[in-house]
Amino acid sequence: MIDKQVAGLEDAVANVFDGATVMIGGFGEAGSPIELIHALIDQGAKDLTVVNNNTGSGEVGLAALIKAGRVAKMICSYPRTQNSTVFPELYASGKTKLELVPQGTLAERIRAGGAGIPAFYTATSVHTPLAEGKEQRTFGQRDYVLEHGLPGDFALIKAAKADRYGNLVFNKTARNFAPVMATACKITSVQVANIVAAGELDPEAIVTPGVFVNRIVKVANPAFESELVAQGVTYP
Amino acid sequence: MSADQTKVGLTRDEMAQRVAVDIPNGSYINLGIGIPELIAKYVPEGRELIYHTENGLLGMGPSPEEGQGNPELINAGKRQVTAIPGASYFHHADSFVMIRGGHIDLCVLGALQVAANGDLANWSTGKEGAIPAVGGAMDLVAGVRKIWVITQHCTKNGDPKIVEACTYPLTGKGVCTRIYTELCVLDVTPDGLQLVELSPGVTFDYVQERTGAKVMPIVSGSGASRG
Repeated sequence: MIDKQVAGLEDAVANVFDGATVMIGGFGEAGSPIELIHALIDQGAKDLTVVNNNTGSGEVGLAALIKAGRVAKMICSYPRTQNSTVFPELYASGKTKLELVPQGTLAERIRAGGAGIPAFYTATSVHTPLAEGKEQRTFGQRDYVLEHGLPGDFALIKAAKADRYGNLVFNKTARNFAPVMATACKITSVQVANIVAAGELDPEAIVTPGVFVNRIVKVANPAFESELVAQGVTYP
Repeated sequence: MSADQTKVGLTRDEMAQRVAVDIPNGSYINLGIGIPELIAKYVPEGRELIYHTENGLLGMGPSPEEGQGNPELINAGKRQVTAIPGASYFHHADSFVMIRGGHIDLCVLGALQVAANGDLANWSTGKEGAIPAVGGAMDLVAGVRKIWVITQHCTKNGDPKIVEACTYPLTGKGVCTRIYTELCVLDVTPDGLQLVELSPGVTFDYVQERTGAKVMPIVSGSGASRG
């Protein structure tokens, strides 16, 4: 019987190796898998390349992972957010590198990575500093830049409900990057608030089919970044 | 604002209102952060616009009432919003298919600088040591069918924001077709900046003096169109 549930958060982040590319879902705090990120801090992998739209806030979740010195490089579109203080310091000191990618190009690079597409052309960023050094080509009357697919080793994402097959549904705008990250990584770990029996999720409404998911762990009452930051919580 | 400068032209809300009347009924629209966000308050009665937010919601509604917000229902500025009946949620790649594939009709954005040829700079001043952050700005200007800019005519120091050529790093080249400021409405045309409308009490010379590029005056009877 297929059952992708694992016993605990520790099992969900097992085998993340030094130097791995880890994609972390979330747009700001919406969809941020804080409990999985904290488990990754405990697990200890370092020199990570982390893909997320932002760089976290306060000293919890993604910001805590960066603060702990585990992140060699961030790939993101917007490394400035309210209460984002950890990344700016490490970036200024040169300890954490940054690859800045337009948000849609980031999403499409991840999608391409998951779809076996090595590269694609896009009009986004053409004739701007973010296109410097990239191959350019003209189709019709328009100029485009070549962008590469972005596959990853591990995805850490948050969903609302899962079944044992790994079929997922999400909550509102917490969905954001999670479905494409699940397709792009060799191992996708999901924290979910509810695990339901197979057949209970409407097949017409499943957002991420189970084939893209490897590990499911139940986190019944996930924390929210803004609440933790407001309470002055830091991790570890 | 310096004391010797009397406020001339429209307020921020009046600017937003001025843009709102030009947006066709039924448009799918993405509004940037800042003054553009105010536009939604002033859509004329009887018109229905659908708001897209790039973090995965089509049919964004107004801010929630106090205490009714949901941290998993936010806009691109990471502020809590609501969803209208008939809204849909989708993942980021689909959201940017809407943007990059030309499915969104209009995007109204702020600007650091906008040039007479439609070049737009609104993501970075290129300052040494500053952390660059671009978000979805480059995708929006590359993919949305029509890009309008709403901005104060000059910087707080009085320097023109509407220029012959942008000195800040570009967001997109030749992307903006219309500019709304507190002083006037300008169209970006192949011949340069065409004045479309002056705000009450503002003269052509006043606009030209505060613009870093040549402005073509309204030719009476030319029927310069709104919208």
